Amino acid sequence: MASILAVDDSASMRKMVSLTLKSAGYDVEEAVDGVDAFAKAQSRQFDCIVTDVNMPNKDGITLIKDLRLLSNYKFIPMLMLTTESGAEKKQEGKAAGATGWIVKPFNPDQLIKILKKVLG
Amino acid sequence: MAQEDIQVNKHQLNKRTGNNMQFLSFTLGNEEYGVDILRVQEIRSWEPVSRIPNVAAYEKGVVNLRGSIVPIIDLRERFNLGYAEYTQLTVVVVLQTGDGNKIRITGVVVDSVSDVVDVDKARIQSAPDFGAKVSTEFISGLVSVNDRMVMLLDVDKLLKLDDVTQDES
Amino acid sequence: MSIDMAQFHQVFFEECFEGLEAMESGLLNLDTGDIDSEAINVIFRGAHSIKGGSGTFGFSNVADFTHIMETLLDEMRDGRRQVTQAAIDVLLGSVDCLREMITAIQQEQDVDETRVAEQKSALEVELYGSEASVEPSPVNHSIAMETPVAMSEPAPAQQHEHQGYEIAFTPYLTLLQTGNDPVRMFRELAELGELTASVNVQDIPDFYELNPEACYLAWDLKVAGDIAEDEVNEIFDWVKGDCELEIQSLAAKPVKDPVAHIPAIDAETLSNTPESGISEPAAISPPPVTEDAVNKMAPQKAEPEPAKTVTKSSSTIRVDTAKIDTLINMVGELVITQSMLSLVGEHFAMNKESQLKSGLAQLERHTRELQQSVMNIRMLPISFVFSRFPRLVHDISSKLGKKIELKLVGENTEVDKAVVELINDPLVHLIRNSLDHGIEMPADRIAAGKPETGTIELRAYHRGGHIVIEIIDDGRGLNKDKIKAKAIEKGLIDKHSTLTDKQVFELIFLPGFSTAEQLTDISGRGVGMDVVRKNIQELGGNIEITSELDKGTTISIHLPLTLAILDGQSVAVGDEIYIVPLVSIIESINITEKMLNRVAGKGETFRLRNEYIPIIRMHEIFNVQSAKASQLAEGIIVVVEGQGMRCGLFVDDLLGQQQVVIKSLEANYKRVEGISGATILGDGSVALILDIPGLVRLSNR
Repeated sequence: MASILAVDDSASMRKMVSLTLKSAGYDVEEAVDGVDAFAKAQSRQFDCIVTDVNMPNKDGITLIKDLRLLSNYKFIPMLMLTTESGAEKKQEGKAAGATGWIVKPFNPDQLIKILKKVLG
Repeated sequence: MAQEDIQVNKHQLNKRTGNNMQFLSFTLGNEEYGVDILRVQEIRSWEPVSRIPNVAAYEKGVVNLRGSIVPIIDLRERFNLGYAEYTQLTVVVVLQTGDGNKIRITGVVVDSVSDVVDVDKARIQSAPDFGAKVSTEFISGLVSVNDRMVMLLDVDKLLKLDDVTQDES
Repeated sequence: MSIDMAQFHQVFFEECFEGLEAMESGLLNLDTGDIDSEAINVIFRGAHSIKGGSGTFGFSNVADFTHIMETLLDEMRDGRRQVTQAAIDVLLGSVDCLREMITAIQQEQDVDETRVAEQKSALEVELYGSEASVEPSPVNHSIAMETPVAMSEPAPAQQHEHQGYEIAFTPYLTLLQTGNDPVRMFRELAELGELTASVNVQDIPDFYELNPEACYLAWDLKVAGDIAEDEVNEIFDWVKGDCELEIQSLAAKPVKDPVAHIPAIDAETLSNTPESGISEPAAISPPPVTEDAVNKMAPQKAEPEPAKTVTKSSSTIRVDTAKIDTLINMVGELVITQSMLSLVGEHFAMNKESQLKSGLAQLERHTRELQQSVMNIRMLPISFVFSRFPRLVHDISSKLGKKIELKLVGENTEVDKAVVELINDPLVHLIRNSLDHGIEMPADRIAAGKPETGTIELRAYHRGGHIVIEIIDDGRGLNKDKIKAKAIEKGLIDKHSTLTDKQVFELIFLPGFSTAEQLTDISGRGVGMDVVRKNIQELGGNIEITSELDKGTTISIHLPLTLAILDGQSVAVGDEIYIVPLVSIIESINITEKMLNRVAGKGETFRLRNEYIPIIRMHEIFNVQSAKASQLAEGIIVVVEGQGMRCGLFVDDLLGQQQVVIKSLEANYKRVEGISGATILGDGSVALILDIPGLVRLSNR
């Protein structure tokens, strides 16, 4: 069972992502911001990171950048949840090492579809 | 404390087959009454109550039912059927009243619980005028079970004593 | 997949309200002169989260509305736009409007569309200038995001005759380090149609130069079938910029299609094709809140009663996980103690007595700690109430033309949720009073040698088992002579009575007294200080005023930390036990017949330090048959005070003092005169808690 770290400062979005992925059979852990996520990612190995971009303390892009520096997260898929539809944020994310993005609003089916893609 | 609490298993009793209803029947003096089994939460033995000042005599007081404060009402006194000595064998039927919005719990003191009876709805007769002895406003119907007459009580009306007693006090 | 989105709505609403509060306080603290980008960022983030959530949970009108706010804030954040007071005011108005929208949605009422439209156009005017229609694109654009767009239809007609695509895919060396995997992409391509791939290995270096983490391979791919171009583009969407990519449509070779043939690296082009392939997931299916989800929600809230909606919104509480962890630890301790005790009990012998005793002591300690922790869950920081006041002060002071600074101190002081909910109205009233009557006009202040800007300090702190809330202003203070004159005029006091300062200020709390010479729409709203005091006393607290002329006024409110627990004195009346709230007890005394006065028709009083205090014989008023003492000298008098009235309760005996958990009598029963609630004693029996003001009323009949 693949493990996913879901990072979002918004409780409702986080719960939505987490519950959706759990119902699809993934092992999901939640983190409330980049700092929390970074600590959790270090405490155990996740197979995929799904993170919001705009968060207090540490934003999603910095989180991805920091995680990519860890040897055990070098090739792990990292997806950003973004409402920013402009290419700017996406390029910024890609430059930081993001695998891809999921544009809000999305529904549970779309989320699972995308996760299935990256996790196989 | 009541050691021999009988938890009524609602799941078993919940099966209303077709037009049948189930009633818990109990006695008060020589009379037999019934209440809709779905309204019965549990049956307990009598235990001392804490008296509430300045309320009607049939409102005996309140007890602690697993952390909730529950009033106890003496049905004999409520129906003017005289007084009975409370013993360890005296039974309190804990009933649920109210709509889905707010459920209230009330215990009623009865002489003894007799039976759970299956009643075909079609056999329930409307209550005739009894005269003064028992107020018919609480009786929702009559049914005969094994040649005994059982008066079916409307639990909500019976226990909606609030306004009545407040005026009295 | 059937995730019921409705289950997240409640959390989402709470989050929105929190976000709105943060935005509001952020906007109020925003100084137009000196822009703190982090401060704007906080406000931006609030709008951003609400927009993201509302889009996901299907509240597209909220998403549309917040989108404009977000755009405006984004420009401010980037420094592309000046932060003006006008913009702040429009944003504040929008926060209000948004709050109304969300409240309406939460309570399943209709959103006031006209109000929303008005506020929206005000925002647009702020954003685009007066000719709002010049650039309406962002609005349309965001609507497009929520509407099911028929993307899945094989797009433009000229490309209908698809045979498939030829794809030249040459990843850069670093592609794998983005977490993308060519194998995954090929698998997806294979799902679209028949895939043939040939790999180009010419770039693989010598073994010694080979970096195992780099991607040296390149592929020529061919996927056959009638496939929409967007679907192919979408698969490579994430790797654009990390590879060289050329996609050619097999049948449509002559067709010049800019999207299909752009070299993938061209990010500029990408940004100019709004949402084509990128947001494809969002476009495939209808917005997430389907009718189904709404229907699923319906049975839970079938009740149309408005009162019910109110309780529903306040029936949940967000608890710090640390508090829950403490609780779990406590329960763990309790379980250990319990198993230890049962071990002792199993083979009990007299030599184990000390073990038993220490076990019981442990049990007592753990139980007490557990009780405290459980109570702690209900505790919320007072900032839940305080955070509303900067806005109130901002709005009212500008309306009055006064300059006022509000200082909040001790916002993190915790207090019971019920207190938080009930203290708001009295505080609003008191602060309005300070704003209206306390703080002077700027000119008057300067004339009096004070700083032009007045200060109101709202301070909260714990003292003993209480929370103290103080409202301190540096305004004109209370004029004792005026108060006295008015009280005399109203016949509240005798012309010749001499009063201490404290007693003079107390007059304000008398019913029918109001210091305002004229009622304004700010404060005089039909409720007087007597109502404020009554409300606070109903919470089990009290209120005091100290004031100095021309220096200012301090109002202190003392409240119990929780409404669920009370310090009580148990008293015996016959074989019945009643609880007297400790806070209302002044003293307990034995009296002798000599101290008694019997006033014909008015009952008994006794004299206590120059004051005649009426006696309430509890056994009489409560009809206790078993009371032992009928002669006053045999029992004891508990002197209590309730709503400014003192009286002596005559009881048989004083028992212990203890903290009791307050239980409602009304939940299953009804309100009983002279009784405020019930509690469960150590032996499991029920004791009634006395309602002192109610008793006084009862005895006066």
